[in-house]
Amino acid sequence: MVEKGIGARVLRKEDQRFITGRGRYTDDINQHGQAHAVFLRSPHAHARIRGIDTSAAEAMPGVLAVLTGEDVKADGLGNLVCGWLVKSKDGSPMHMGPHPLLAQEKARYVGDRVAVIVAETLEQAHDAAEAVVVDYEELGPVVALERAHDAGSLVHDEIASNLAYDWELGDKAAVDAAFGRAAHVTRIDLVNNRLVPNAIEPRAAIGHYDPGMDHYTLHVTSQNPHVHRLVMSAFVGVAPEHKLRVVAPDVGGGFGSKIFIYGEECVVLWASKKVRGRPVKWTADRSEAFLSDAHGRDHISHAELALDQDGSFLAMRVNTKANLGAYMSTFSSCIPTYLYGTLLAGQYKTPAIYCDVQAYYTNTAPVDAYRGAGRPEASFLIETLVDQAAGELGMDPAELRRKNFVPKTAFPYQTPVALTYDTGDYEATLDEALRLVDWKGFAARKAESQRRGRLRGIGLSCYIEACGLAPSQVVGSLGAGVGLWESAKVRFSHTGKVQALTGTHSHGQGHETTFAQLVSEKLGIPYEDVEVIHGDTEKTPVGMGTYGSRSLAVGGEALAKACDKLVEKGKKIAAHLLEASEADIEFKDGNFTVAGTDRSKSMGEVVFTAYVPHNYPAGLEPGMEESAFFDPPNFTYPAGTYVCELEIDPATGTTEILRFVAVDDFGNVINPMIVEGQVHGGLAQGIGQALLEGAVYDESGQLLTGSYMDYTMPRADDVPSFEVVTAAGTASHANSLGVKGCGEAGAIGAPAAVINAITNAIGRRVEMPATPEKVWRALQNTQTPQAAE
Amino acid sequence: MYSFEYHRPGSVAEAAQLLTGNEDAKLLAGGMTYIPTLKQRLAQPSAVIDLGGIAELKGIKEEAGGLTIGAMTTHGEVASSAAVRQAIPALAALASNIGDAQVRNRGTIGGSISNNDPAADYPAALVALGATVRTSKRELAAEDFFTGMFETALEEDEILTAVHVPKPEKAAYSKFANPASRYAIVGVFVARTSAGVRVAVTGAGPAVFRATEMEQALAGNFSAAALDNVTVAADALNSDIHASAEYRAHLVKVMAKRAVEAAG
Repeated sequence: MVEKGIGARVLRKEDQRFITGRGRYTDDINQHGQAHAVFLRSPHAHARIRGIDTSAAEAMPGVLAVLTGEDVKADGLGNLVCGWLVKSKDGSPMHMGPHPLLAQEKARYVGDRVAVIVAETLEQAHDAAEAVVVDYEELGPVVALERAHDAGSLVHDEIASNLAYDWELGDKAAVDAAFGRAAHVTRIDLVNNRLVPNAIEPRAAIGHYDPGMDHYTLHVTSQNPHVHRLVMSAFVGVAPEHKLRVVAPDVGGGFGSKIFIYGEECVVLWASKKVRGRPVKWTADRSEAFLSDAHGRDHISHAELALDQDGSFLAMRVNTKANLGAYMSTFSSCIPTYLYGTLLAGQYKTPAIYCDVQAYYTNTAPVDAYRGAGRPEASFLIETLVDQAAGELGMDPAELRRKNFVPKTAFPYQTPVALTYDTGDYEATLDEALRLVDWKGFAARKAESQRRGRLRGIGLSCYIEACGLAPSQVVGSLGAGVGLWESAKVRFSHTGKVQALTGTHSHGQGHETTFAQLVSEKLGIPYEDVEVIHGDTEKTPVGMGTYGSRSLAVGGEALAKACDKLVEKGKKIAAHLLEASEADIEFKDGNFTVAGTDRSKSMGEVVFTAYVPHNYPAGLEPGMEESAFFDPPNFTYPAGTYVCELEIDPATGTTEILRFVAVDDFGNVINPMIVEGQVHGGLAQGIGQALLEGAVYDESGQLLTGSYMDYTMPRADDVPSFEVVTAAGTASHANSLGVKGCGEAGAIGAPAAVINAITNAIGRRVEMPATPEKVWRALQNTQTPQAAE
Repeated sequence: MYSFEYHRPGSVAEAAQLLTGNEDAKLLAGGMTYIPTLKQRLAQPSAVIDLGGIAELKGIKEEAGGLTIGAMTTHGEVASSAAVRQAIPALAALASNIGDAQVRNRGTIGGSISNNDPAADYPAALVALGATVRTSKRELAAEDFFTGMFETALEEDEILTAVHVPKPEKAAYSKFANPASRYAIVGVFVARTSAGVRVAVTGAGPAVFRATEMEQALAGNFSAAALDNVTVAADALNSDIHASAEYRAHLVKVMAKRAVEAAG
């Protein structure tokens, strides 16, 4: 048995370089002859561009080029695209407004790219940016989501209204009928607050056109370098795909925001050609990141749950308004639809569900996937609604949930909202969480808090998510423009060392460690002998990238399949060497053995023979290198129960989280330490959404929370020491490894647990982020209902 | 950042000379506010005069029944100074809670009070403790030094050199921090000295102010209960995305009571 294989808590390989400052991020790379780009951004949320005078800027010292949307148009470059076609209720396709690399005719949000300045130095580019004269005609901005429908102005003049699509899912008639016979209906209105992703490394890109080779290289902060290459060649047309190399080196966090193909990386590559092959570098400063990284969430919903007399769920009805921002970002259309509506069954056997979603354009930054992407919004809605129902019916919220869980005997379970859950045991994770937190002892703890003048609350969240994106035929039928398989290549060298090449990308997840453990286990070789290679389209096989907790469940499975092929080939070689029948060869712990004998050949001997095939099976190719593609048959369905226990200081409204228990079913786990780390990070972000974070635009469309002075990121002292359990797993059937994915669970499940705990403490729900003032005001209203506004 | 001349004088006199007749020159203390301002191109000074090389502006000494703290003394030095912790522990505690470790090791008391950010901590302490501000030209009461939002009594060519803080009988600072910036949304410094009780409030208004009604209530009965019937008007208080004026008014009272309790 290998020592550091599946299940071992191996320290992360990559941390040696990260914590000693030897990571190599895009901004660390400097190329010979490199020039610098600065983007001039719109100061207005909505303005017509009557003209841009670049002459003064062009004459400034060191300036190599000043380019605008007119230049983009003149060079025939295409627009950025949203890759997922969503259809409205009436069958009509969504309305996608043009999303140019640099603004043309109008600027549509504060931070929209209006021009790029390329100069010898960064300071010269900044100086010249100030000399560009833009003649803006300010237009009325569309800012608030709730008013986008009736706003006086149009974000995209080409589209008749600000509504991009009006989508629905589920059997409306069945839902209406069920509501008609309900003994009780619980109703809720809630906001899912808008978030800024805040990866620690801001976005950056270096474009380089080599005129000698007629070849393009882009270094970029990307979660999916192959998708960058595809979109930039097939849609934007900045370089042909076979002549474009995209490298995503070390990337410092993404959380979704680095999935997308942004204008900046397309522009620096194009600009490099315009300045005769000088490499052109751009790195966002933090203010640009706030303004122009795609934001997340931003929903307003009304939901209703119909229950019978015993508290069994009969039906659920949800209406959601979703903010798309000024343009449709790469995956934006599928987030509030196929990654949201399809999750509304939660862990429950609700027989009928109907959901409709109106997605609107506004003059704000584009909104797209952010850790969890649609699934946190669904989970938050279900879990606050169910909690409220329990309160209204006077039932224990744990028991109401238990009563309505999909029982473990019911799998595979077809939900009324398209998905088929393959495995799960929701009672097991609930019971473990309740035991760990001592659910029954809460009343005594609450009384003890009360003696200290504190209001104690406890809240549950039983989340589910769909990960391992995704079966290509399924997503294709739902409008996806791509397949969502992965591929891998595993290559032995003469000396028995292995390079494992993956099309996925690691930007904090620890794939270099996890995938090495997986390959070590599959091939029976030492972990140290495996090097994982990712992030370069000219080294690695093609892949669709890392998001949606898919890298292990899809990319890891491709690696496993490539390993299986190597073992099969190894059996042929071993059979030849051992003069046995291939059918009699067994592979175990790195040795090929003739069954029932002690005659065996090690993997190393077999590999050496494959590369020095002096005594070799006839007709067999030499070498030990195999590739595999994997297209999953289903999503995976991680699920679990989170419990938050907290105290509120009634004098100030301040919330202190005392305990946070997370019991997750991630199926089989490769490296429990890394999984726990992923949960910790997700929980911090989920708690951040619940208590601290929120992007705020003023009425004119200026981002008020444009720096860390005003946008509250969770810090170490805002979160408790987490109690995380990942042991109670049911193996997924969607891959041979039985894994489900763990990257987003924390951010998906945590917000409802926190908010439900606050509701439990103070007797009414407050919107996220539940700031001290909101909690304090809710308390004032609770104590003196007359004063409620 | 734009280009500027950089000077690093060795004495206050030399620094004052560099300021004279150089209208767009700026003094640089710890740079905790000014360096970000420069980096974001929000200021274009003709010259930056770095006070970091002036030894006479640094250090803490016991003097006249109190402490004299040089303008270039860092928050970290104030927080860890045995003299401050012994004589005015509330001031050391306040300094230990400014910003983060990096800010405390760079930021200075002189830079902070010259900037007079309406949410800074030090102004509340200096007004409540009845401190004296010393400059290259004169001495004045802290209360007269802080004149408005980001405004002080400092003249164009005047350099703050030190503050003198008398030792109080009792004092404490209670701060409700902005969750993002950790500046004060409301900070209340309560001090009882031989001159009476003072309550100074930062964060809540356009600049530090004294809560005179609270001072009167506490003069006869230095206890949190004495503040029960005091009302704080929201009218003149700040309102922003983090806290409304009404909430700030409420917090002034809560923080004042907590400060009184902490002062013992």
